[in-house]
Amino acid sequence: MTLLDVKNLSISFGGLRAVDDFNISIEEGQLYGLIGPNGAGKTTAFNLLTGVYKPNEGIIKLGDKDITGLSTIEINKAGIARTFQNIRLFKDLSVIDNVKVGLHNQFSYSTLSSVLHLPSYHKVEKEMDEKAMELLKVFGLEEHRDYLASNLPYGQQRKLEIARALATNPKLLLLDEPAAGMNPNETGELMETIQFVREHFGMTILLIEHDMKLVAGICEELTVLNFGRVLTQGPTKEVLSNPEVIKAYIGDE
Amino acid sequence: MNFLTYLINGISLGSIYAIIALGYTMVYGIAKMLNFAHGDVIMIGGYLIYTASSTYGFNPLVSILISVVGCTILGMLTEKVAYKPLRNAASNLAVLITAIGVSYFLQNIALLIFGANPKSFSSVVTWEGLSLAGGELKIQGVTIVTILTSVVILIALQLFINKTKSGQAMLAVSEDKGAATLMGINVNKTISLTFAIGSGLAAIAGALLCSAYPTLTPYTGAMPGIKAFVAAVLGGIGSIPGAMIGGLLLGVVEILSKRYISTQLADAIVFAILIIILLVKPTGLLGKNIQEKV
Amino acid sequence: MKLTKVSKRNLITYGIVIAFYIIIQILNLTGNLSSHMEGLLVPMTYYSIVAVALNLTVGILGELSLGHAGFMCIGAFSASLFSVATKETMNGGLRFFLALVIGTVMAAIFGFLIGIPVLRLKGDYLAIVTLAFGEIIKNILAAVYLGYDEAGLHISFKSFVLQGEGKMLINGAMGIQGTPSDSSFTIAIVILLISLFIVQNLVNSRDGRAIMSIRDNRIASESVGINVVKYKMLAFVISAAIAGTAGVLFSHNTSTLTATSTYFGYNVSIMILVYVVLGGIGNIRGSVIAASILYILPEMLRGLSNYRMLIYSIVLIVIMLINWAPKAIEVREKYVTLLKRRFAK
Repeated sequence: MTLLDVKNLSISFGGLRAVDDFNISIEEGQLYGLIGPNGAGKTTAFNLLTGVYKPNEGIIKLGDKDITGLSTIEINKAGIARTFQNIRLFKDLSVIDNVKVGLHNQFSYSTLSSVLHLPSYHKVEKEMDEKAMELLKVFGLEEHRDYLASNLPYGQQRKLEIARALATNPKLLLLDEPAAGMNPNETGELMETIQFVREHFGMTILLIEHDMKLVAGICEELTVLNFGRVLTQGPTKEVLSNPEVIKAYIGDE
Repeated sequence: MNFLTYLINGISLGSIYAIIALGYTMVYGIAKMLNFAHGDVIMIGGYLIYTASSTYGFNPLVSILISVVGCTILGMLTEKVAYKPLRNAASNLAVLITAIGVSYFLQNIALLIFGANPKSFSSVVTWEGLSLAGGELKIQGVTIVTILTSVVILIALQLFINKTKSGQAMLAVSEDKGAATLMGINVNKTISLTFAIGSGLAAIAGALLCSAYPTLTPYTGAMPGIKAFVAAVLGGIGSIPGAMIGGLLLGVVEILSKRYISTQLADAIVFAILIIILLVKPTGLLGKNIQEKV
Repeated sequence: MKLTKVSKRNLITYGIVIAFYIIIQILNLTGNLSSHMEGLLVPMTYYSIVAVALNLTVGILGELSLGHAGFMCIGAFSASLFSVATKETMNGGLRFFLALVIGTVMAAIFGFLIGIPVLRLKGDYLAIVTLAFGEIIKNILAAVYLGYDEAGLHISFKSFVLQGEGKMLINGAMGIQGTPSDSSFTIAIVILLISLFIVQNLVNSRDGRAIMSIRDNRIASESVGINVVKYKMLAFVISAAIAGTAGVLFSHNTSTLTATSTYFGYNVSIMILVYVVLGGIGNIRGSVIAASILYILPEMLRGLSNYRMLIYSIVLIVIMLINWAPKAIEVREKYVTLLKRRFAK
């Protein structure tokens, strides 16, 4: 079944068509890669999918639901969660609290209970703690639960961001350059984590990445963006051996 | 005719606000700080003129010159001692609170030296003014001088910023400190120069303010300082024409509301205008809208 | 029950307040409390309460408000109006309780109404608009006349003469006369404790985390589905409400209530901001301690007359430079590690 179906998505910034006629279709459970040279419009595409920007044209469908033009908040509630290229953690909150903010809409008690710490507060907070710890364990962060997020080493901050996104219980996870700034060892570990997340949570994942080893290693299908337009898309092996793709990369980098 | 008189008085008060706002907007544009002590520099400028002319008998022009030099030094000094060390502080509240400290300091130094009793300030403008339309429309000399001064200052500032190297450096620093450093601009010197100009302008504003409203107390500068900041925000902070327009608008609204609506409510109306304009245009009349990059 | 680190920290805060209260009571009973000091206790406590309220906005929500004196003003006037109107007919305890509720609710309502436009703005723009609202509130309440007579209720910005039996409630710049002095140190301390309880609990809750996540990174916060507008508003309204409660304590501690700059001007908002920053941004306990000390200090230095505020301003600048200047922090950290190493040997 198709989970994400995007048709003719376009946006312009002052005459520049940053994303032009973008189409993508992702099946449930797929691990999909979005690649392309710097400035090709990959992050802009993510920002369109998550409602940070509103598209000038096009339709975004998540399952049966048309989510075009919805706000970031509504899109998250509909089932898309993301990470950011330049990590955006809640830096003055603890590691576990970062995940608990992600769990915000999964659990609920009244504001009165927030202020007075009524029994429902204690009950729900305990459940939230358990759920958050479960997620932290997946990423090997359970021992750092009380650290401030900003005190984590870089690689673990990236993992925490993924954990926080997963906490919102999404159908589709968007990862924006998860391996940026990582050494080969860390990247290898990250690849395993991503695959684990996919299997363990049955997650559909769309990722932007420059690390070709990672892309070739885990992505099943790829879309290549160049100058805001789709250059080609298809199974990973075919795309990576496409001479035009090679030209786009070497020509630019 | 009455209306015209009030309008001209409004423009005159607005010109004073504009001169203060110019200093505010330049300092804010470059140091990104709410300088709460800026208004108190006006007051210090007023006392300097008062002392120079009343105590030492200097003529008005020399007194103003002394005041401008004094305030310029004061502005550079406070920047160096109190604000510069906090430039890269973890929270920008730090420099705000320090500016409040400087404001208290200047007020209390003045209180200590000159006491709490108002000093009556003799106008630096001795010219009587114009009498038009057969005496129907009287315009005071200080009103005319104020308006002319603000026009001259605006033109001079525009020329300075657009035509001189130092002016271009200011623009560059206010745009991006890091990039300006890489281009070989001395950021420290540029910021110091900005404070110098802002404080010098405050001294001139002090002379005009005290000439038009001749009572001088240690708290004389506080409210005009706040209103000038409102003017700067209203015009779009960082924008020099914006500060001018904001200042004039505020002055006219204040004088006309005092006359036609209510003396007590004039300030409330001035502040309400700020709110309304920011609701329609959140970065002020001529401000640039900067969107956060995701 | 096992105490977490957080709840232990909160209990210590309550403990400090209660211990302070007990010490003051002992001093009072043994006759060691001067009447001047006694008169400072209630103001000290209500400024501590406003500092806690402002810290919720500045430290927890991360938005700079320079208008909290305005919310105090709303609380003070609405509650005094009620107390003056019902002075002859209602029993003291119930009347003051209702006055507290009215002042708090009115400030919350104004917090909401002002929050709608204000919270759309950012940074210093938001700050200057809160200042503007604070000044508007003060100016309007200083200009309004409200009274009733045989013809009914009158409200105007121009003074008027009452017809026959009646009473002037708000008399323009003269304000409200004859508010019963219902505030006491004990009640003020109880309200401080309640405010602390509310704010500290909020910080450690689902709603509080949402608020702090907006402070730390609004965009990330939206990306995980946090309703940014709602939680900004929640924090702002609670903050305004608590400031309003403090205003009720203020107005019921003085028989003449006037909306002057000395009591409700932006300089008062700024004074409270100084308490919050010196006590530690986001540090609720720090706000109470800083507000108490900084309020009492200048009062204790009255003997130094004109020099005291000068000294205060210099101390303020020096503290800020030592605490916040990156160079000073660097030097301090170097010595701390040096000392630690020496003691470790």
